[in-house]
Order: sequence, then C-alpha cells, then structure tokens
Amino acid sequence: MVNALAVAKTVTDPELPMLTLADLGVLREVSEEDGHVVVAITPTYTGCPAMDTMRDDLVHALRDAGYDDVEVRTVLRPAWSSDWITDEGRRKLAEAGIAPPGSAPRRRGPIPLTLGPAVRRVSCPHCGAGETELVSEFGPTSCKSLRRCRACDETFEHFKEI
Amino acid sequence: MSFDNAYEALADAHDDSRWAFGTGFEDPLSGVDTTVPSGMDGADLSAYCLMLGDDALVFSHRLQQWITRAPELEDEVAIANIGLDLLGQARLLLARAGKADGSGRSEDSYAYFRPEHEFRNVRLAELERGDFGQLIAVLLVFSTWRLALLQALRDSADPVLAAIADKGVKEVTYHRDYAAQWAVRLGDGTAYSHERMQAGLDGIWPYVGELFTPHEIERRVGVDPSTLRAEFDDVLAQVCSAATLSVPDVEPRVGVSGRMGRDGVHTEAMGYLLAELQSVARAHPEATW
Repeated sequence: MVNALAVAKTVTDPELPMLTLADLGVLREVSEEDGHVVVAITPTYTGCPAMDTMRDDLVHALRDAGYDDVEVRTVLRPAWSSDWITDEGRRKLAEAGIAPPGSAPRRRGPIPLTLGPAVRRVSCPHCGAGETELVSEFGPTSCKSLRRCRACDETFEHFKEI
Repeated sequence: MSFDNAYEALADAHDDSRWAFGTGFEDPLSGVDTTVPSGMDGADLSAYCLMLGDDALVFSHRLQQWITRAPELEDEVAIANIGLDLLGQARLLLARAGKADGSGRSEDSYAYFRPEHEFRNVRLAELERGDFGQLIAVLLVFSTWRLALLQALRDSADPVLAAIADKGVKEVTYHRDYAAQWAVRLGDGTAYSHERMQAGLDGIWPYVGELFTPHEIERRVGVDPSTLRAEFDDVLAQVCSAATLSVPDVEPRVGVSGRMGRDGVHTEAMGYLLAELQSVARAHPEATW
C-alpha cells in the first residue's frame, strides 16, 4: 500500500488542476495511526467554494488507495499565505500562463491605504516582458488578479499576494 | 490525477463528486477545535459571532444584487469577489455561533430560518441598493470599519474568532483599497461624477454613527467599536482629501428608543432583503443541494 502522505500529495486543486494541494501549500499535514488517516488542510480564501471538493477529493483518493478511515481537518491558523506555494507550484503556474505571486506583505500596526494602482513587478508569463499593468485586483477566482502586458498586449492572470 | 485545464478535470469520469461544488454543504468548521475558552460565556460569544456574521451575510447579499448591473465587467467580477469573501466570513461566523452556545445550529438554519428581529447586523449593511456612487460609499465605510475591527479581533481570547479575523484582515484590505480607489476616481473625476459620489456618501452617512455605538455584548466578548473611530476617521479623511470630497456632517439616524441593528431593529429595506434571501429555502425546507 502506498503511504497516505504520498497519496494525498497527488490530489490536485479543483480550480487550478495543474497544481497539487501540496504545491499550493493547502495540504498541511498527513498523519496515520492504525489505519486512521488525518489530513489537515488550510483554506486559501474564506469563501473559497472549492474547499468541499478538496475534502471530497482527498477522501476519494485515499479510499481508492485502500484507506477507509479518513478524516479531513481544517486548520485556520496560521492563515494561508501565497508564500506557501512551493517552487514547483510556482513553476507550474507560470507554465500554465498564470504569473506566480511575489512575497506577501508583512505588516504590523495599521494597514496603509493604497489609493493608486498598486505597483508590482510582474513579468508577462507569455512573452516574459517586465512591463505589465494591473487591469483589476479581482480576477476570475478569489486568488487571482487580472493584468495586461504592455509588450505583447495579452491579458493574463496573476496569483495575488496575500 | 493531473489535468491541463479545469474542464478536463470536470469531465473526469472517475470521480462522482466533481459535478457540483459543495455537494452536501459541509460544516465550514469541520475538524476545528471549537471549545469555548474558559472565562468566556458561550451565549455571549455566540451572540457576538451572529453580529459580525450577519453584517457579512447581509452586505454580501446586497453586493450580489449588483451582478449583471455593474458598469464594467471587471467591476462586476470585483463586486462578486468581495461578496464571496464576505459570504465565506459569514459561513464561518454563523457556524461558530451555533457551536459556541452548544445549540449546534447550522449556518443554513441561521441564514434562512430566522425572522428579521433576530438578525443582528448594523443597518448600513442592509440599505436599499442605490447607484454606483452609493455602493462605493457603503463599501468604503463598511470595509474601513470592518478592517479596523478584524485587526483588533486578531487578539481575541477565542482562537476560532482570532483565526477568522486573521484571514479576514487580508481579504478586507483588498476590499477597502477597491472602494477607496473608486471614491478617488469618481470624486476627483468630472463635476457630475463628483456630485454623484458626494451624494452617495451624504446619503449613507446617517448610518455611520451606529457602527461605533457599542452594544453590551460587544463590550463583554468582542471589540468595543467606539475604540475604532479614530482610525476610521483618519482613513476617511485621507480618502476624501484625495477625492476632493467632503466628509459629511449630518445627524445620525437614531433607532427606536435607542435600539438599532444590533438589537434586531432594522430599516424597511431589511424585510424585502430577507424575503429574497430566504424564499427558496423556506419554500423547500427539506431540500439539500
């Protein structure tokens, strides 16, 4: 029997199927004792509608591998950060045309207002040019913003830093 | 299980659970330790979670009413995303309420089967949908207030509430920036856009005072909102200055004998909102999806 961690590591994200939950940093821990498997996951966004599917997928994959007694726990703290996406995950995002996130902001004290468009150095995942601009902070899913490349004019998604 | 795109994954015949998100609508706090910390009253904690959960649920519903009505596609997506973040916060907070008082009441039961006077949201969240200027005004005020509140709540004695707040801070930071940037764009835009933005702000300002009026429950188990006023005023002054708008100076809308949203006393708009929000669940109370 393949060990439970190895099985859990093959499960992909329902909305970013090129990435595994492990690549995303959503899969926090897998422990196994006397056939009882406990999987801990942390949601990316509170309203993420994919959480239930992630749970189902983990249970199904482990069941298929022969683990009948699987419990999926939600760990809320520490809150998920885009910094947890692995290097492998970042590579796969870029390959799929989604610009990977930079470092998440670390703040203490009052959070400063951003009144102009946030300045970020994001390279175009299509042509590699560094000159890109923000179209909208809110993209097709909670975790992505929409940008446009000034060199090749293509729009692309950028994984948000949180 | 590796797919090149989401559609391929959807069509994967291997897994019967892929066709619908949320098959069974699981408990959002599944597997989270929800023991009430010692020294904290479970009923108080539950009532407090309902207040913050109802703010998010009711305002999320108003935001959802903008879908297909926003001025541009990007804004439609942004407003929907903000509504989704708040709905996620509401799910966790309502679920926390049902566990804190030991009733085990579910998020759906709270959302769909409570009468109006049991909702504890501030009245600002329920206000009738107006024009885009009014939306930006409500969103700016709501998110500035909620961001300050969630920041303070990260130190809550209840670890579940602290964790929800921790996550919420990251999300609401984006909401506040979105509203602030639109306020500047409209306020510092044409004479006409300035007028509409200022009218939006003036129209909702009577409901601002309520946000900082502490309820006894908030004093006991939560963040006393009166301590957030200075930060709120500071942020609003920054935005209004950049937007060439004036911070309104109007009388607050008082409640009924001093009772307001936190006491279950709402505006006329609330009944219509709940009728829409609850109609399907009440027509088919046994349905699952």
